[in-house]
Amino acid sequence: MRYNPIAGSTRRRFLTDAAAGTGLVAADLGLGLPLIVRPAAATPDTMRAAIRNVIGEAPVRKGKVKLDIPPLVESGNTVSLSVSVESPMTADDHVKAIHVFNEKNPLPNVVGIRLGPRAGRATLATRIRLADSQTVTAIAELSDGSFWSDSVSVIVTLPACVETL
Amino acid sequence: MARAIVNVPPKARRGEIIEIKALIQHEMETGFRVDNMGRVFPRDIITDFICKYNDEEIFRAELFPAIAANPFFSFFTTAIESGTVTFEWSGDNGFSATASRNIAVE
Repeated sequence: MRYNPIAGSTRRRFLTDAAAGTGLVAADLGLGLPLIVRPAAATPDTMRAAIRNVIGEAPVRKGKVKLDIPPLVESGNTVSLSVSVESPMTADDHVKAIHVFNEKNPLPNVVGIRLGPRAGRATLATRIRLADSQTVTAIAELSDGSFWSDSVSVIVTLPACVETL
Repeated sequence: MARAIVNVPPKARRGEIIEIKALIQHEMETGFRVDNMGRVFPRDIITDFICKYNDEEIFRAELFPAIAANPFFSFFTTAIESGTVTFEWSGDNGFSATASRNIAVE
């Protein structure tokens, strides 16, 4: 038997000890695993609920909004996102708010911004996290009270938000 | 104090639409991550970002944990008059940071 100075033990001895301790190890695992609580992920339903929570019962139409996000991202930790809304940005016709939602992060909200006619251009760029491949939705609220949206489905190869250290 | 990098054009023509960029150093701990003992890292994020141009609010963002670490925003405003653009971030655990830049409008 070769002595392993690093482990301070031999392979055989380690295996024997491990076998003796199996019961204990199993008990540890049995206790340990359920303790790792994965947060409940948002679902398309919770996303819809979150959207209703923010914008109320108003109908949301497709169009006017352009959500720019890469269709395939390697790391969900930093995903560049930009939203631009077609609008003249005048006092009587401008974008009041832009909200971004997701389907599968732990929380359905991503960001909500408020702006006014002084913005000149209704464009926002930021960086977000994505916990899974999913659909991201941007909704713009216009000064006339209408809501417009755009959705993009994104494939994420390395998810963010919930990873264990 | 967290390091903030903001970018406002130093000079602009009156009525010109200018881009403003703001980046701040912050880890944006989501509150959903657990260590290998199952303990949750408590949430520590920036929740609000406000940009004012001569004390008038021109942009406001409500941030959620889905905003990546070191929150970055880029947005636009119309250069109306010379003055100061101020930036304010606030968040969990009493986090607060400010920055400001002058702009000359001709």
